[in-house]
Amino acid sequence: MTTPTAVALEDAKVAFRLGDGRVYTAVEKAHLAVAQGEFVAIVGPTGCGKSTLLNVAAGLLKPAAGSVQIFGRPLMGLNRDAGYLFQADALFPWKTALDNVAIGLEIKGTPRTDALPRAQKWLTSVGLGAFAGRYPHMLSGGQRKRVALAQVLIRDPKILLMDEPFGPLDAQTRQVMGNLLLDLWNADRKAVLFVTHDLEEAIALADRVVIMSAGPSSRIIGDWRVSLPRPRDIFEVRLDKEFHALHREIWSVLKDEVMKGYAQPAHAAEAV
Amino acid sequence: MSRLMLLALQILVAVVCIVLWQALSTVPVFGKILLPPFFFSNPFDVFSQIVKWFASGVIWKHLGITLAESILAFVIGSLGGVLVGFWFARQPLVAAVFDPYVKMVNALPRVVLAPIFALWLGLGIWSKVALGVTLVFFIVFFNVYQGVKEVSRTVLDNGRMLGMSERQLMQHVYWPSALSWMFSSLHTSVGFAVVGAVVGEYLGSAAGLGYLIQQAEGVFDVAGVFAGMFVLSAFVILIDFGVTLAERRLLVWRPTASEGRG
Repeated sequence: MTTPTAVALEDAKVAFRLGDGRVYTAVEKAHLAVAQGEFVAIVGPTGCGKSTLLNVAAGLLKPAAGSVQIFGRPLMGLNRDAGYLFQADALFPWKTALDNVAIGLEIKGTPRTDALPRAQKWLTSVGLGAFAGRYPHMLSGGQRKRVALAQVLIRDPKILLMDEPFGPLDAQTRQVMGNLLLDLWNADRKAVLFVTHDLEEAIALADRVVIMSAGPSSRIIGDWRVSLPRPRDIFEVRLDKEFHALHREIWSVLKDEVMKGYAQPAHAAEAV
Repeated sequence: MSRLMLLALQILVAVVCIVLWQALSTVPVFGKILLPPFFFSNPFDVFSQIVKWFASGVIWKHLGITLAESILAFVIGSLGGVLVGFWFARQPLVAAVFDPYVKMVNALPRVVLAPIFALWLGLGIWSKVALGVTLVFFIVFFNVYQGVKEVSRTVLDNGRMLGMSERQLMQHVYWPSALSWMFSSLHTSVGFAVVGAVVGEYLGSAAGLGYLIQQAEGVFDVAGVFAGMFVLSAFVILIDFGVTLAERRLLVWRPTASEGRG
């Protein structure tokens, strides 16, 4: 491959020490490479450790074994090239939407007078230009996600890590957000690692869909290339024949894992 | 119910109470006065006492002293509470070492400290300020401690992923979180600052509302005691109103309880 690899996990293993001293292995020998400009979705049953894997790529967790490389260099500490979009609300509740977006620049030392107009521009591009003065609690769940997206993107990270970012949203809002994400991503094609439990969402958004087995000690068990043409419209792409064929194929593998996931005893529940 | 109706009913309660009080303390029922004026005074005397205080202007001096003591107690206690709360929350070892002592001091009814403070700091305002500080400090301290410890994990991770240094995390995450907890206890801590001041005055002083009440009580001037109580409650209600205004400005970012989560 000629394009450089943005994120490379090599035989990464993630383990946690449980309260009673036993060691719980969440992910075993994960091997995953995300090329520059590539949109990769990780799908797996609940508790398979997909978020864990993302946290490893972010540097929030250290793998127990194996290595993490970011643009060919081993990752030390936090991943400074990555922007992270969290599943839960992660906005600063005491800052307005505008300040929440501007903070990404202010941290780097951009003067406030510079940061504010740029933040306003980003808010406009996620469709919230008129909501700059609102505090997070005055925004709907979907609007908060838009602000979070602008907060991450304003720093122009080379890699985007997304942990079921649209999970808490209702079905329509999710599709709208998906389209917004694709539009923004199309502008400069960052490397994206997108975790979701929704296979349809994964196929509609991604270039590659990676399937993980049920935990504990879950592994990557499948890797499909999605060759649907871009730019895509999430509403349209779901009607495509190829979409259905691919969905059926991946689901036949994923289904067994989902069933296994439900059959797991309680202690195997996702440990993060 | 309309606002007007509510207000009318609220005033009605006061009127009924005052009329009953006046009637029972002046008109005999079955040949007996139920509220003997010596113990209960009567609204008219109490009211004229209040008017006299304000007309002669003596009350302003006492109000001013009590207000100054309360403000000083609040400011010093809050500053101490914020600093120590922050320090303990960021240094779990320090917190663990001091934990039993903090619990011990907090368990102590603060009133018993009043004589000691009077002994150490004299009968001036500082012994009252010290008493108020011991009350305010612990409320603010516990709230700030909690606020720093309970910063949302996700918000903290988000700050880190956005590239915040420890100092920036302090400024943009820990500090606002701690302050919001402190502000949420503003009513309680301001209230305790006033309690400290008044109780301190009551136990030994030369000026202030507590002194006024204590003086009246010393000469069995029940009207004076009641008058002092009414002035004191009006004073506290005014301060509380001020706190509400301040709170509304400082905590705009917080959802109110009725609003719920969007």
